[in-house]
Amino acid sequence: MDFSPDASFQTDRATLARQLRLVLPAHCLLVDEEDLRPYECDGLTAYRELPLAVCLPENEGQVVDVLRTCHQMGVPVVARGAGTGLSGGAMPHAQGVVLSLARFNKIIRLDPLARLAVVQPGVRNLAVSEAAAPHGLYYAPDPSSQIACTLGGNVAENSGGVHCLKYGLTVHNVLRVRVVSIEGEIFEIGSEAPDAPGYDLLALLIGSEGMLGVVTEVTVKLVPRPELAQVVMASFDDVGKAGAAVASIIAAGIIPAGLEMMDKPATAAVEPYVKAGYDLNAEAILLCESDGTPEEVAEEIARVTEVLKAAGASDLRVSQSEAERLRFWAGRKAAFPAVGRITPDYYCMDGTIPRKRLAEMLAAIADMEKKHGLRCANVFHAGDGNLHPLIMYDAAQPGEWARAEAFGAEILELSVALGGSITGEHGVGIEKINQMCVQYKTPELNAFRRIKAAFDEGGLLNPGKAVPSLHRCAEYGRMHVHHGDLKFPELERF
Amino acid sequence: MKLDDLVAAIRAAHGSHTPLRIRGGGSKDFYGGMLAGEVLDVAGYRGIVAYEPTELYLTARCGTPLAEIEATLAECGQRLAFEPPGFFGATLGGCVAAGLSGPGRQQAGAVRDFVLGVKLVDGTGQVLDFGGQVMKNVAGYDVSRLLAGSLGTLGVLAEVTLKVLPKPVAERTLVFGLDAAEAVARLNQWGGRPLPISASFWHDGQLWLRLSGAGAAVEAACSELGGRPASVDADNFWHAVREQRHPAYAGGVLWRLAVPTATPVLPLAGLRAIEWGGALRWYGEEAETARAAAAAAGGHATLYRAPESLRCRVDAFAPLSPALLALHRRLKKSFDPLGILNPGRLYAEF
Ligand SMILES: Cc1cc2nc3c(=O)[nH]c(=O)nc-3n(C[C@H](O)[C@H](O)[C@H](O)COP(=O)(O)OP(=O)(O)OC[C@H]3O[C@@H](n4cnc5c(N)ncnc54)[C@H](O)[C@@H]3O)c2cc1C
Repeated sequence: MDFSPDASFQTDRATLARQLRLVLPAHCLLVDEEDLRPYECDGLTAYRELPLAVCLPENEGQVVDVLRTCHQMGVPVVARGAGTGLSGGAMPHAQGVVLSLARFNKIIRLDPLARLAVVQPGVRNLAVSEAAAPHGLYYAPDPSSQIACTLGGNVAENSGGVHCLKYGLTVHNVLRVRVVSIEGEIFEIGSEAPDAPGYDLLALLIGSEGMLGVVTEVTVKLVPRPELAQVVMASFDDVGKAGAAVASIIAAGIIPAGLEMMDKPATAAVEPYVKAGYDLNAEAILLCESDGTPEEVAEEIARVTEVLKAAGASDLRVSQSEAERLRFWAGRKAAFPAVGRITPDYYCMDGTIPRKRLAEMLAAIADMEKKHGLRCANVFHAGDGNLHPLIMYDAAQPGEWARAEAFGAEILELSVALGGSITGEHGVGIEKINQMCVQYKTPELNAFRRIKAAFDEGGLLNPGKAVPSLHRCAEYGRMHVHHGDLKFPELERF
Repeated sequence: MKLDDLVAAIRAAHGSHTPLRIRGGGSKDFYGGMLAGEVLDVAGYRGIVAYEPTELYLTARCGTPLAEIEATLAECGQRLAFEPPGFFGATLGGCVAAGLSGPGRQQAGAVRDFVLGVKLVDGTGQVLDFGGQVMKNVAGYDVSRLLAGSLGTLGVLAEVTLKVLPKPVAERTLVFGLDAAEAVARLNQWGGRPLPISASFWHDGQLWLRLSGAGAAVEAACSELGGRPASVDADNFWHAVREQRHPAYAGGVLWRLAVPTATPVLPLAGLRAIEWGGALRWYGEEAETARAAAAAAGGHATLYRAPESLRCRVDAFAPLSPALLALHRRLKKSFDPLGILNPGRLYAEF
């Protein structure tokens, strides 16, 4: 995709470095190319850009100073956590600064009685649950990247995990954030008390992809760790049946703690790597977790087993120990790196669809594999309709990345056509910027632009991401129509 | 009533700079700032548009009575887990705009946690669609949730999609004789343990605790927690709490204090009730010190119900910092540039 930086920003490198040196100690500022290199992309490595400088502030005062400096100079700022994002959200701006929150890595307070933790944005997701564990508590959203990704990144992306259906996304588990605006003003948003007065700005901030402000503190809710959890692993000889089984579980009034699906190419990639014990003959497997008291789990597992049998599962296994449960999940959580082992490169998509359209979507993806000449493995947060097709390609082969990109775009646009969304948890970033023009019409995009302006009038925070310009949508629309391959003609366009 | 009628009414008001007072069932006329403007009655824009039990969502027009929605969900064994008060004739639009949740808030979450999408008519008469019907959607800013609790000041919620959930299989209510301080302490201790507590209500020396979930889990928790089973019909009891028909909510003046759950009993007179595991506390006196006390505890106080003489002197909601107020104004302006929608209903300043 062409993301050539807009010409609206022109920064003088030397002046910028001089100004930043006034507010940051030397060890908090990187300006040499070799030092900047590690920051040129996030987890979506296909898109790269070198920034002019990387700032690594150590306290909020420095964040404020860096932002004020950039604001005065009209320099773009891209906040960055661990850089595990999968939509290029933290990809630098060629005329801008990367503001890394990596050194904000302290848990400020953990209150077991009130069940909350106040953390800095550079704290890793898993570190919060580890700190809470001695109190029998944990932080519920558990992205597969949880050993590395930060709370700041989680807030910016509204990240989810395999337990979202029952325990919610980041937006359901964050009570308060402290945010610095591009002008260097500090806002307290939300509170430890419920229903903070005024507009629900917390909802607006969470998932805003670093476009509205820089998060310097996060208060999260902690929840009691269930006494027991068990997983049922069900095999299906047909992906359609597996999809229908998901709907049957919900129809039976069960909201499992986790409900995940993997197709045959995904299990085939994972099994040699993790030895999770997956059924390699199955066309698809479902992992369905139940948690709670031992009595509750026994009751739910019995009901789930019955439903899955009726839905045509060809084999069922219930985890018999915590070690086995963790092994079943380890395979799912390692799905991305496992696929990474069998292909030089992979491209992870993130559309959501109504659960009932799953079989249709998978059939369409199979056709797209032929059309684009690339293979695809599917892992799926089935419980909440969130697909992660992993398109395999080789960046060293000319044209393959472009084909992978076109394949991905087609999946996203089909997600919208099926009544879903282009992104369930990875964000729009730079990657899905064109598909925003498909999911939304001009009036909504304009509303997003006005919201952005209410926070950041000059558009300096993460420019070019998340919300496309009118110009970009017009171009994308023209391109599509021009090539005569208007994909889903029933869709309203531009 | 059609969407076009709503749009035309707002366009006309926009054209003539006429302030509008958006009204659904009118059940929450008492809530928020003073009412002002020409009534825009949206109760006629009603009806359930889509309901798919296995996709866990329901979409309805703003004027649809909550009672109708609840009845439809009940037929499929589902419900609105945040248990919004229905009062007399509350509509879906008013429920989401007011952002009030009931006893289920403690465990299941607030109204905003269940909003998946909205169709909005902004202050210029433009129709905007945000979110959708799927559980996860992070494309664009989350405007749908922003609208929950905005009291109609950003637009008319023409249509709302909510996440719905199955009813719990089993439910039991226990009663404990405890003073307020003990109740707060217990609720917080229990809250840290994996118990299926779904609601709590303390009033006048008695703590009511509702357990919901799988039959076995509820039974096990009951025998572990002690207390005594409720002697009255528990469903009726929780319904009275949800609808605020319990005597604890009676009287002319009612302050609603939201505080961090573990906050000790505040040095304020007139404590009427405690809900949400300690996070929600109701006071009945003309406690004008309530606002300062709540703020000192890290929370905020709402003048929930009061006679007009008091409402015109005291703002309904806790004041915002100057920086936040300025941000609110900019957001308000971006949806309603002329400020014609429910002026003053949230804050006197806009
Ligand atoms: C193997 C793998 C598995 C993954 N699995 C999941 C999954 O299961 N679920 C899921 O949701 N995601 C998943 N992800 C995606 C990614 O880990 C998440 O999006 C994560 O939240 C990003 O956190 P980060 O700290 O790496 O943020 P970054 O990638 O550094 O940044 C992400 C975005 O947040 C912004 N940002 C970062 N910090 C701040 C701040 N302090 N203030 C304001 N803006 C900020 C950045 O500007 C950027 O737009 C996965 C990624 C990988 C590589």
